[in-house]
Amino acid sequence: MATQHSRSIARLMMAPAVVLLLGWMLVPLTMTLFFSFKKYLPLRGGDLGWVGFENYVRFVSSSSFWPAVGTTLLIVGGVLVITVLLGIALALLLDQPIWGQGIVRILVIAPFFVMPTVSGLVWKNMFMDPVNGFFAHIWRLFGAEPIQWLSHASMPSLVMIISWQWLPFATLILLTAIQSLDSEQLEAAEMDGARPVGRFWFITLPHLARAITVVILIQTIFLLSIFAEIFVTTAGAFGTKTLTYLIFQRVLESQNVGLGSAGGVYAIILANIVAVFLLRIVGKNLDA
Amino acid sequence: MARATSNRQKLITSIIAWAAAIVIFFPILWIIVLSFKAEGDAIRTPLGVLTSSWTLDSYAVVQDRSDYLKHFFNSVIVAVGSTLLGILVAVPAAWSMAFVPSKRTRGILMWMLSTKMLPAVGVLYPIYLLFIQLGILDSRTGLVIVLMLINLPIIVWMLYTYFREIPAEILEAARMDGAGMRAELLYVLTPMAIPGIASTMLLNVILAWNEAFWTLNLTAAKAAPLTAFIASYSSPEGLFYAKLSAASVMAIAPILVMGWFSQKQLVRGLTFGAVK
Amino acid sequence: MKQIQLKQVSKRFGDVEVIPPLDLEIEDGEFVVFVGPSGCGKSTLLRLIAGLEDVTSGAVIINGEDATGIPPARRSLAMVFQSYALYPHMSVRKNIAFPLRMAGLGKAEQNRRVEDAANVLNLTEYLDRRPGQLSGGQRQRVAIGRAIVREPTAFLFDEPLSNLDAALRVGMRLEISELHKRLATTMIYVTHDQVEAMTMADKIVVLQRGVIEQIGSPLELYRNPQNIFVAGFIGSPRMNLLEGSEAAAHNAHTIGIRPEHISISTDKGDWEGVVGVTEHLGSDTFFHVSCPAFTNPLTVRAGGDVDLSYGTKIFLTPDKAHLHRFDDKGLRLT
Repeated sequence: MATQHSRSIARLMMAPAVVLLLGWMLVPLTMTLFFSFKKYLPLRGGDLGWVGFENYVRFVSSSSFWPAVGTTLLIVGGVLVITVLLGIALALLLDQPIWGQGIVRILVIAPFFVMPTVSGLVWKNMFMDPVNGFFAHIWRLFGAEPIQWLSHASMPSLVMIISWQWLPFATLILLTAIQSLDSEQLEAAEMDGARPVGRFWFITLPHLARAITVVILIQTIFLLSIFAEIFVTTAGAFGTKTLTYLIFQRVLESQNVGLGSAGGVYAIILANIVAVFLLRIVGKNLDA
Repeated sequence: MARATSNRQKLITSIIAWAAAIVIFFPILWIIVLSFKAEGDAIRTPLGVLTSSWTLDSYAVVQDRSDYLKHFFNSVIVAVGSTLLGILVAVPAAWSMAFVPSKRTRGILMWMLSTKMLPAVGVLYPIYLLFIQLGILDSRTGLVIVLMLINLPIIVWMLYTYFREIPAEILEAARMDGAGMRAELLYVLTPMAIPGIASTMLLNVILAWNEAFWTLNLTAAKAAPLTAFIASYSSPEGLFYAKLSAASVMAIAPILVMGWFSQKQLVRGLTFGAVK
Repeated sequence: MKQIQLKQVSKRFGDVEVIPPLDLEIEDGEFVVFVGPSGCGKSTLLRLIAGLEDVTSGAVIINGEDATGIPPARRSLAMVFQSYALYPHMSVRKNIAFPLRMAGLGKAEQNRRVEDAANVLNLTEYLDRRPGQLSGGQRQRVAIGRAIVREPTAFLFDEPLSNLDAALRVGMRLEISELHKRLATTMIYVTHDQVEAMTMADKIVVLQRGVIEQIGSPLELYRNPQNIFVAGFIGSPRMNLLEGSEAAAHNAHTIGIRPEHISISTDKGDWEGVVGVTEHLGSDTFFHVSCPAFTNPLTVRAGGDVDLSYGTKIFLTPDKAHLHRFDDKGLRLT
């Protein structure tokens, strides 16, 4: 297939994409790195000179840092647990013969396609508002005091909202994986005397292990940079400031660019660690 | 599973499945209902809501605010624009990677995917600054460029996988039949690649329409798409549930419809082939 | 006239030399078959002639002109692929017309030639269907039709019958041979099936690991294999290749005798043995006989009516006139 003639044309055709992405990566990254070593406050004096690693130290030692780490871990971990467990359950359910299967799938997939700002605001107001929200009305129906979701139970509320958004993704991936399982394997297990639970535990689940890992890795990468849902519901209040939100506030709200940039570098390193694992799996698949 | 499950079993699983589906879909269902109610009715108890009269007032009010249509068009332009631009850049790249692979192809592909994993917040300020200096802050052009760049890895990836599914022998046959590069591309490759290109475009429009980081931070009154417009309801005045519902329904309806058609593409595009 | 020549052509993929430098000449109008086991380089050789792969060194000469650097489109060769490689989005008519369209022929001329080809190949009623609606055999014919319309210098076939079922294969073999007689154009045919090679070829090129083991007509290869590989490859069932004291008795390291050249007797003969598994084809019977003189069982052919049960003691006598002798390097001893 590859002759000398086609090889040079190929290189030319790849050029625009490679150049653009290279630029997209290098230019802003270098700038972030640059800013992280400076004291730069555009609203209060501008460029105030080099400060070495001071920003890096200040970011980590600030009183908001560790809470932000905790919040991030809680949100990512909480959403992962819920979406993976429920995702497996839903995927198993949807794999069964059901009446109206097409429509059930559509209904279950829908939340993923709702834009995050709509999602956040709809939950915050129409459902979680302690006065007029759906939950408030239901709670009152049973004579209970409505929960102040976003102010008193902000983390669970956020985890609930984000899990709602991402459950379809996990379900879809896991369903695809389940359906790729060769039914002959399950039939062989049945002939060997395994019952439904046994078949699930010894055949289906190991087969799903790969897909579950992928779901966890991909969701982690996207969940680490969750933004809009927090932006429109709590704006970081009530202890819902994740690392991403903290950096955002430093950079765009309080305009302490140097400090925020150092935070950004931390975020990039963190994401890269997760990415390495994901890319290894992707790479294995590319060779297959 | 070819064996017939008993009808009773099917009934039970169907009931459970439908129950789960309705619970999951309920928020969307509810705002569709609320969108057809008056503001005063929208804050009543669920029973009160359902028994109150239906009206198109909320839709009318939202549409009357001329901002809404402007933001809608912004979303359309930004989503479609970044998709078209992305396709323009990605098709040649994916072509060459699929049909003239070299030792570095795999590495380049993985590197491209890794750029998608870059946390946006890490480059927020530089991009913000660059946009101010280039005069494209709060502009549709600026958004189109950014959204194209963040989704380019996915577009390239998806096109690559679709192109690889085209049997190489058919292209060789075209070459033996006397087709030069132009003819091969025009008469053989493109017709066979069109379904794949269409699927990729569909997924990308969805991703760009729903993008809620850059669209929130790089726009103000002029270029804000629907994501940002809806976000403005986070500090509302007075009663607004019905209006928010109407605005939301209009904002998400096109994507819900498109999404129903693109489930397979979603798996292909967002798992980077790690799940088949 | 030598129509296609390969001069010291070699091919390397990365570090692996798939085809060491070889020479080959193909005459005008010949039906040449490249045959050999999987991985022997026969398809690679075909693709080098077609121009779908570049040679690492050497020259490909077509009709007296050096075609080595020329792209496939301009070599005036037509290829029929193993998977037929039909354009799925075009009708049969458009598929066959495609090369003519590329050559710039007018619509009327295109149609005329397409219909001629369709006539020859019995495709006329399928002209407006799409490949997806055709059976394997029909697709095969469309692929051939697409090749014929170009009136090329030579036809190249890359294992075209591998994807067809057995019965269809026999029929298509005859059709391709007919076609060759009718068109009198050079055909280069690649297969791993030695039956196809024997029945269709004017000249067979036997390849192993990129090296030409022997070139000759089917009967030449059958009667005078130059080495053990060719001896064992050509002829079905396989020639019996025997070593040990019996071989030494004939002044050779290995002797070979085909199943059809051994006679059986229940009372006397050169080699004593016991009947094992028997295969009845109706027209012939093949016995697998274990002889103490040899490590592996021998295959012996007998008439369709001969029946010997498992475990019967028999005697085998090879026809000396058809006994082949090979030295310790596997080469033929005269």
